[in-house]
Amino acid sequence: MDYLYVLVFVGFAAAMTLGGLGISRLVAPHAPGGLKNQPYECGETPVGPSWLQFNVGYYIFGLLFLVFDVEAAFLLPWATVLREFGVAGLVEAAIFGAVLLVGLLYAWKKGALQWV
Amino acid sequence: MHFDPQSLASRAAHLAPTDPWPALGVVVGSVLGVAAFVTVLGLVLIYAERKIAAHFQCRVGPYRVGPHGTLQAVADAVKLLLKEDVVPTGSDHLLHILAPVLSFAGMVLCIIALPMGPHAQVVDLDIGVLYITAVAGLGVLGILLGGWSSHNKWSLLGAMRAGAQIISYELSAMLALLVAVLFSGTLQLSGIVLAQQEGWWIWRAHGAGLVAFVLFVVAGTAEINRTPFDLAEGESELTAGFHTEYSGLRFAFFFLAEFLNLFVLAAMATTLFLGGWMPLHIGSWSAWNAAMDMLPPGLWFAGKAAAVVFLLMWFRWTFPRLRVDQLMRLEWKVLLPIGFANLFFAAVLVVSGWYFFPTVAAAPVPQLPAAGSSDDAGGAP
Repeated sequence: MDYLYVLVFVGFAAAMTLGGLGISRLVAPHAPGGLKNQPYECGETPVGPSWLQFNVGYYIFGLLFLVFDVEAAFLLPWATVLREFGVAGLVEAAIFGAVLLVGLLYAWKKGALQWV
Repeated sequence: MHFDPQSLASRAAHLAPTDPWPALGVVVGSVLGVAAFVTVLGLVLIYAERKIAAHFQCRVGPYRVGPHGTLQAVADAVKLLLKEDVVPTGSDHLLHILAPVLSFAGMVLCIIALPMGPHAQVVDLDIGVLYITAVAGLGVLGILLGGWSSHNKWSLLGAMRAGAQIISYELSAMLALLVAVLFSGTLQLSGIVLAQQEGWWIWRAHGAGLVAFVLFVVAGTAEINRTPFDLAEGESELTAGFHTEYSGLRFAFFFLAEFLNLFVLAAMATTLFLGGWMPLHIGSWSAWNAAMDMLPPGLWFAGKAAAVVFLLMWFRWTFPRLRVDQLMRLEWKVLLPIGFANLFFAAVLVVSGWYFFPTVAAAPVPQLPAAGSSDDAGGAP
């Protein structure tokens, strides 16, 4: 039932934005063409397409993010029931976190956290 | 005072089997209420931002439209509605229109799960914290799509920066969230608020709550792309970043989502660490607690959220923008280690039952026998 409600609001968000754009389409002037529709590059005519290959400098960060985000996802249920687990739960999570932290330290030592 | 929170969704669910029409009324009412809330709060936040910025710089700010310029934001909204919607040639039209929709949807889906009072919450999901972090990701998707589909180099660079920044700071925000979850023992947002009945986590948790609050606010500021972390739209470098090619109402929806994300961040920080709508209670000091209960919970929530929003607006006029390498260093070499250390410290505190006023702390989670018995003994001997 709760998620049905969420679904109602997904519909609401889409309706509000698309409806607003529809109204804007009716009342706003619409005269495309000429230089107006050129991609804006500070007045210069753009050279070549914008969808070109370039070095995405953060893919290492992306990999690290994946590791730690999955860890955080594992820790969420752990955090809710830690009081039941007691010391054993604390130690296990500490070992789990330590293994991943060693990975972070390795990446740090290797210079992967250096922005180039 | 005994609080018995109920969300609008559960009220509708209770009504539905016997009286379908009142249930439908609750659904329609909540949709209209959220629509009004989003619009009005967006206008108020834009006005507040401009006025606060002006006063920080010894200017007057908007003053001409309406008394003290209060209608300036309304006038801007009407202007944006009447502006031509310019779409650059060669752009991906479908994704170009989808991007602001996604940004806006991510923000609305966050707002409906926020507890703004015992009865002022639209849906109270049992995995509220996880849900908020998940749907907040839609906003990132909107930014990336907007940058990609615009067919503009500034937009693409801005979107790439935003992606790197948001995924990095997501980690610190999660580690800070985990601290509040640890202390409350639940992922449900109303449960987290109820768990703070004896005091707010920011001061009840021997420093762990305070550190987590600071981490959460810093990481959250980066996640919503506000100064000093606004590299994704750094106007001196990238024109306007990912929304360079957006005009008219499409731009307005991006802008609205951005401002309301500010509120979502403030409301989450309030809920997790400042007690949400819970009045300022101190242990079982009943005279004080009764005096604090005189103010309605909604007012407490609004006051706390407004204070955090003001703090975030203050940030903007205090710190210069970071460079990309400084941004990454701050996250991976400063905030992340602090976050892990703080989480470990918080876990030790929770396991030993060692925070202020621990006896009633187990009250919102009475089904945990181990926690109740160790807490009653006043922590580990």
